Amino acid sequence: MLNFLTRRLGVMALTMICLTFVVFYLVNLEPNLRKLAISQTEMHASDEHIESWLTKNGYRRPFLERYAAWIGVWQKQPNIDPESGKPVSRFSYCDEPAVPVFAGVIEGDFGCSTKFKTKVADKMLPALRATGLLMFWVMATMVPVALFLGILSGMREGSKLDRVLSVLSIVTTSTPEYVSGVVLTIIFGTWLGWLNGSAASATGDGITFYNFTLPVITPAIYGMGYIARMTRASMAEVMTAQYIRTARLKGLSFYAVIIKHALRNALIAPFTVIMLLFPWLLTGVVIVEVMFRYQGFGLALVEAAGNNDIDLMLACSLVSVVLVLATQLISDVGYAYLNPRIRVQ
Amino acid sequence: MEFLSTSDIVFRALAQFTPVWLSLFVLLALSLLFKRKLGLYGYVVETGTGFAGVLLLAFWLFTAIFAARIAPFDPLGQISAMKDALPGAIEKISGQPYLFGGDKLARDVFSRMVFGSRIVLIIAPLATLLALSVGIMLGLPAGYFGKRIDSVLSFLANLILAFPIILLFYLLVSPGILETPIPYALAGVFFLFPIILLYTLFWSGYRAHPLQMAIRLLLTSLVGGWLFATFVFDHDPFHILRVSPSTLNIFAAVALASGPGIFRIVRGLTLEIKTREYVQAAQTRGESAWYIMLWEILPNARGPLIVDACLRIGYTTILIGALGYFGLGMPPESPDWGTAIKESSRLLRAFVHPALPPALAMMSFVLGLNLLADALREQSLKD
Repeated sequence: MLNFLTRRLGVMALTMICLTFVVFYLVNLEPNLRKLAISQTEMHASDEHIESWLTKNGYRRPFLERYAAWIGVWQKQPNIDPESGKPVSRFSYCDEPAVPVFAGVIEGDFGCSTKFKTKVADKMLPALRATGLLMFWVMATMVPVALFLGILSGMREGSKLDRVLSVLSIVTTSTPEYVSGVVLTIIFGTWLGWLNGSAASATGDGITFYNFTLPVITPAIYGMGYIARMTRASMAEVMTAQYIRTARLKGLSFYAVIIKHALRNALIAPFTVIMLLFPWLLTGVVIVEVMFRYQGFGLALVEAAGNNDIDLMLACSLVSVVLVLATQLISDVGYAYLNPRIRVQ
Repeated sequence: MEFLSTSDIVFRALAQFTPVWLSLFVLLALSLLFKRKLGLYGYVVETGTGFAGVLLLAFWLFTAIFAARIAPFDPLGQISAMKDALPGAIEKISGQPYLFGGDKLARDVFSRMVFGSRIVLIIAPLATLLALSVGIMLGLPAGYFGKRIDSVLSFLANLILAFPIILLFYLLVSPGILETPIPYALAGVFFLFPIILLYTLFWSGYRAHPLQMAIRLLLTSLVGGWLFATFVFDHDPFHILRVSPSTLNIFAAVALASGPGIFRIVRGLTLEIKTREYVQAAQTRGESAWYIMLWEILPNARGPLIVDACLRIGYTTILIGALGYFGLGMPPESPDWGTAIKESSRLLRAFVHPALPPALAMMSFVLGLNLLADALREQSLKD
């Protein structure tokens, strides 16, 4: 087990380095840097102006050095103003150290957001908390319902109930968030007026049933069918096993067999699926946050990408990559833990 | 402004689709008449889900084909009097109604939905095909040879799979990146895969018939070269097709997003099939590795691959819709469903009619694909 964990962690670290390197390269492409320089200097800046701004603020240092400084394994050099000879910050709204220090993501310094005019960490923490809350509620509604539906249709494979639920699951997996979001908002927001089609008020006033229901059920619907189908397949397989027949033959009632014998084994496979759904939920959350104007991680990512906010974009990428890799690890370890056949090996 | 009554709207909308109904009728009549001779397709049409899936897909396919006939208005044309017009409003000059109303730029929602099907039905299957050829071409050797090549390719696939798709899109389909050679290089590499796949296929399969091989290789070179020049360099020597750089970028991004998934499936299937007797027989005969992979293993992996491809076209449609929804890649006036949903979803409180048609269109098309995939899977489990 320990060996397996160390190897997995090693691959994870390598993956993380590769991915952040690619992201770092892509957000620091020449057109992006020029755009940044133009937005930070006066309009109609000449090429020399742009070039001198980029040089002064350290964007013209060797690429690898900048990447290493961003990670925090290389010292970040202060930016010296050529006129006064004094160290200055890149952007007026963020302080930066005046002496060479290690100040990268390892040290907890994520840089400065040009869009929100604050430190990236100050923007990211509340955004992540808001998104965590959203994700929690999505999972809390989606998983129990999906498992219930999957078990219901898997315990009597081929029955009428099974077929109805199967078609229902196919319909929900065919409805991406931006479709169900629109349809649900029209029905419950515009026509019935029961729910709010915007979650903008959730940030300031806190979440309520009125403003938070639509953002929660929109991604939940899309994922529900998928988990339900996985659970159904797993349940149907377990129901054909010998020990289920034995349990039935020794005189246990059908529902006692389901609850005491089938459920535990049928829920191993869905567990991995649910863990692997987190990265996919991330995309859904971005769509939902944009659609309902909910101030979370997704909206920050979209704003960062749309406004060429390099440091915020890097931080968002890092967070999402860490989330994906962590859920993969938990899914593997959890699977090995839950499934005795694998644990023995 | 004059309006049609609700029943008139329904009736006129159904009437607009006349060519589609006729084609559907012919298709379904032929399918049911000859279902015993149609192999897998015949069996799938017989099941309830399969029939529904084929019906939905054929509906959108014929709509895309006859779009110019069905749509009464130009999908990009703006008639300013019709701004935000309610469904059934009659346009004065032509006397034709805006069946599903007008959007905020005074364009006909009905015509836009009809023309949007063209964009979706062209890009989604083609991009999936591209990803499929990449996945097959890399998954087969990874599964068959194993060892170093497998570890490297699997690591790369996992690397891309660890990238949240939305982030990948924002990095790859942003306007800034079109100024760099990255999308062209990426697309250039991807579009090489189908050509290489066909080359290897014919090269390994027609060893005994040099003439046949020469003809096929020549055809591959001509058609492949033409398509490659058209897609990657937007330089069609015959001036038939035009592929804008942003469309190419969508292809590259979608192929990059779904390629690793297909790779994993092909690799898994290869690992399982390569232990079978007929593969060992071919090895004993001294067949080349690529012959075994492409002519022994691949045909026997087709069942799960077809089901997966079907699901994946649906998923690709959703991805392209998401691209449109975020305003990435597609031109802002494009009638594709994702862009249309984005445009209209901002004003839901005031007007709901521009949002519903593209949303339901997107849903029904993906539903058709998923139903068909489900029927195909059931059928392949029976065998």
